[in-house]
Amino acid sequence: MKIYGLIPLVVALAAQAAAVGQAADWLQFRGTDNTGSTGAAKVPATEFVVKTEGAEPKNVQWSVELPFAGVSSPIIVGDRLYVTGVTGARQERLHVACYAKSDGKQLWQRQFWATGRTLCHPTSSVAANTPASDGSRVYAFFSSNDLVCLDLDGNLEWFRGLTFEHPAAANDVGMAASPLVVSGAVVVQVENKGDSFAAGIDAVTGETLWQHPRKADMNWTSPTLFHPPGGKPLVLLQSTHQITAHDPRSGEEVWSYDGKLAEISSPVSRGDLVILPADGLTAIRAGAGSANWEKLWQESGLSTGSPSAVLHGDRVYVLNRAGVLTAGDIATGKVLWKARVKGPYWATPVAVGEYLYLVNQDGAAHVIKTSVEKGEIVSETEFGEQMLASPAYSDGALYFRGAKHLWKIGSP
Amino acid sequence: MIGRRLRAAIALLLMAVSWGGLRPAAADEVSDAVEVLLAVGPEGKGHREAQTAWKTAAAAPTARLVELLTTLDKAGPLAANWLRSAVETVADRVPEAEQKPMAAELEKFVLDVKHVPIARRLAFDIAARWDTSLTDRLMPGFLNDPSTELRRESIQRLIDKAAKADEAEAKTLYQEAFGAARDLDQIKDLAEKLEKLGAKPDLPSHFGFVMKWKLIGPFDNIGEKGFDVAYPPEQQVDTAAKYRGKEGKEIAWIDHETKDAHGVVDLNEALGKAKGAAAYAYVEVTCLRPGKVDVRVGSANAIKLWVNGKLCDSRKVYHSGFEIDQYISQAELAEGVNRVLVKICENEQTESWAQDWKFQLRICDAVGTPVLAKN
Repeated sequence: MKIYGLIPLVVALAAQAAAVGQAADWLQFRGTDNTGSTGAAKVPATEFVVKTEGAEPKNVQWSVELPFAGVSSPIIVGDRLYVTGVTGARQERLHVACYAKSDGKQLWQRQFWATGRTLCHPTSSVAANTPASDGSRVYAFFSSNDLVCLDLDGNLEWFRGLTFEHPAAANDVGMAASPLVVSGAVVVQVENKGDSFAAGIDAVTGETLWQHPRKADMNWTSPTLFHPPGGKPLVLLQSTHQITAHDPRSGEEVWSYDGKLAEISSPVSRGDLVILPADGLTAIRAGAGSANWEKLWQESGLSTGSPSAVLHGDRVYVLNRAGVLTAGDIATGKVLWKARVKGPYWATPVAVGEYLYLVNQDGAAHVIKTSVEKGEIVSETEFGEQMLASPAYSDGALYFRGAKHLWKIGSP
Repeated sequence: MIGRRLRAAIALLLMAVSWGGLRPAAADEVSDAVEVLLAVGPEGKGHREAQTAWKTAAAAPTARLVELLTTLDKAGPLAANWLRSAVETVADRVPEAEQKPMAAELEKFVLDVKHVPIARRLAFDIAARWDTSLTDRLMPGFLNDPSTELRRESIQRLIDKAAKADEAEAKTLYQEAFGAARDLDQIKDLAEKLEKLGAKPDLPSHFGFVMKWKLIGPFDNIGEKGFDVAYPPEQQVDTAAKYRGKEGKEIAWIDHETKDAHGVVDLNEALGKAKGAAAYAYVEVTCLRPGKVDVRVGSANAIKLWVNGKLCDSRKVYHSGFEIDQYISQAELAEGVNRVLVKICENEQTESWAQDWKFQLRICDAVGTPVLAKN
């Protein structure tokens, strides 16, 4: 019996090992490695025109109108994009749709009925959480705390209603934490002023692996991957007073850090380095299998607004509430340069090669060249609609999701 | 004795092993699969069996589409989603030649209000793909439909028609639409339109908000501890009684009538500005149609709700939004007088956006139609 119980884990890990890490993939919020960065060499167009008045479209490979609302980011598995959305007077209909990367054609769409509460601030949406994939399945999570697992062709694998199970688990401003899939577990963070908890859900069966109570407070940060060299991947769960590192399958807490942390921007990690949105930014190093961490630096000049920090090469980039983009040295925390860009921002930028791609709430996009002494704004364009979602990168192209459209910005 | 669900699960497991669960499913297999899907529960209960069952249900012969839709009538919210996606998958396989006759079958299903609203709406969406005349033919008849989704679209058509009509006809059409509207945005929109045309829509009556209350407070809620303290009104409501409230001050029940169009009772105004405080609101209501009703509360504060002495809702959440119908609970109202008691607790947050101490309450049926005699 015990061996049979392990079958879902073996299946999940085999699928994940086979599928994760394909260069074309962008599997979750802030990309496959969860940093907002890609190591890919192929840079999308640094100058593109979407809807800027008086200018012809440029380097836009396609755009499609979305049949639903939402602010979640698209994810990419192979040659397909997966996007979530909502419709209905109360945003009670939950959508998961699949589009071809090549031409933007919708390949399939599935709908579900929300089982949790769907109240949220008009700026946000019940489709605020970015879906995630292990390369074999898509895990779509919504502000109603409904969690849907589909195969890549839209066939249902399982459905969970976490607010149906925990009726007080809701936030009437809207929930937004994106799920993280690691080691065959879908980790969700449902932090709110009612029934606040985090859980690991078996990626294959949808059964609960573990569940921990969390501080009853509003929090929109997402579970973040931490994978130190030589160690097992862990999941970082950030609350406003503490960040904890957990084994994704058992939920066991491995280490914790206490401090005043952001409630919207998430931590970012590479190797044994973890950069936390605390007192500006704070960098710590935690070894594989160790319950201890070592503080490396803290820099108040690197404060984040709503977007999370981006870790790219030897630098970290943050966007603050005033619309200032700041570059820092990840070894020392030293502020390298600041550039003013037009805010406000919700979307975490994406870094490709020597460029950062930013899009603000009103749909103004900026491309910033980061290899120079000071950040240089290379281009600016308007999407012409509200943009809260981070773009997704794949094969030299960026995919932007707005309030009403999906765009592919290709190579020049 | 082997239970039906267990037999169904074993049958499905054998099928999955033998054929991978992907071949077209036979009649009995589909029925067994539906039983397994209907048994899906919280915390992933029944998922492993349901995963195989879903494949069988999704592989059902397309001729069984309406039968599959019918199973939604007995599905809970979780099972309904498993079944819905199976229905959609079967619908995607209906051959073109069968689509028109299938749409006619679905139309009968849509028009039969005995079926649950979500199933009827799903049937409508599928049928409308295959019969382009369906929407124009059926939608006008959904103005007072139990499905709020179908009703909403029917109302929108009336609004669109009114926008092209002369003033007198527009007023009539808007009034008809207002009477049918149950969604907040449509009600607000129609009320504005009617007011511009000189009408006076009665929003409190339309929603079913309770406007007249007896209030008492403040009791102590320092450190949010008062939420779990059963102050005297929770033992027995005696509107003639006086109590020692917060800081030992004597408090008594007062009569309060809100003039707010959405029935909002501002406790800072009615009882005096207070932080770390709890208040009670009490009303006796007479129900037009005794039976199961929705009691819908909106509050920026922590609340508890009792109907006829039974605790119906408890939300220890402070300043996390304030919306109409924020908390919906079901209660059984009897003939004659029914007692409704609400506890509204304010904490000690100091932020400017965390100073409200207020609530609203309405009693209606599942569609949102008021069920009380005028309060």
